[in-house]
Amino acid sequence: MCTGIVETAEVSGSGKGPRGWFKLERVNVSYDHPTDAQLDHALNIDFVNEKEGLGARVAVELSAESARKLVETILVTLSRGDQGAV
Amino acid sequence: MHPYTTDMYEGMLAETIMLPGHNGEIINAYYARPLGPGPFPGVVLIHHMPGWDELYREFTRKFAHHGYLAISPNLYFRFGHGSPDDMSAKVRGSGGVPDVSVVGDIDASARFLKSLPLSNRKVGVFGTCSGGRQAFLVACRTKSFDAAVNCWGGNVVQPKEKLTLAQPVAPIEYTKDLSCPLLGLFGEEDKNPTPESVHQLEEELKKYGKNYEFHMYPGAGHGFFYYPGVGYRPEAAVDGWKKMFTFFEKYLGTPGTRR
Repeated sequence: MCTGIVETAEVSGSGKGPRGWFKLERVNVSYDHPTDAQLDHALNIDFVNEKEGLGARVAVELSAESARKLVETILVTLSRGDQGAV
Repeated sequence: MHPYTTDMYEGMLAETIMLPGHNGEIINAYYARPLGPGPFPGVVLIHHMPGWDELYREFTRKFAHHGYLAISPNLYFRFGHGSPDDMSAKVRGSGGVPDVSVVGDIDASARFLKSLPLSNRKVGVFGTCSGGRQAFLVACRTKSFDAAVNCWGGNVVQPKEKLTLAQPVAPIEYTKDLSCPLLGLFGEEDKNPTPESVHQLEEELKKYGKNYEFHMYPGAGHGFFYYPGVGYRPEAAVDGWKKMFTFFEKYLGTPGTRR
């Protein structure tokens, strides 16, 4: 599959790439060919900061099932954080 | 094709070069050619969406090994430089490489090959994945090619909602302008292009009386030439390469002997 399916969002925080920590500006989420994962297609997440150059990138390639688990896990964790913060 | 025998001399030159691409802008390209005076037919290789990577360098050398002048332009040159996967991610996040610069770069690469004293003035184009789509596109938008090979190019048929600024027109819309014979290799289990969209393209080619040859491999999906990946299908890949070399020899002339 060669989908071209990409969604992007502005994010804030930090990520650790090959040159160390950098400020995150954007996340690109695609459902397309992975580079490394042994999958026909994958949910690819790239945290980037274009101002810092190409090295400022944290990449993951997940199976669709793993990506859904990640979403659920993040939501559960955030929910617990919200409760704990009250 | 000249069958290989063990007493043959073999040699090739493979290197990165710079050449004027779309609008005369300088881009880089990987160029491989057999040693010897020629004349050789040429092939422009259009790299896939995962980038201008090692696999495409191998493919380029494979064509040179088989007696072709082969060039693979870096379609992502204008986005900067980094590892192929970083570049692919950047291009993907930027909405993809524009069709207009792709057509310009590929057309310029064909002109480069034809300008060489080693050239027999016949040039084909080959691409896989997004490069398959672009091979079809450039064969419709220019008259620079004598044969085109589209390997599992997705989004040749694009519904209006999938059109973007970078890809504003579905290539199928240009079918009537296809200027050379077309070979298509596809996998029956591919989700883009689906067998239905391949059939739709085939109907359009028939409608305009175009010279084409399509092969649909059962048990294969997308990217069945890519031996590092899970989609690799050895039987389909071996047969596909064979069909491609037969096709190119028919329309580009006999590739150079390695003697």
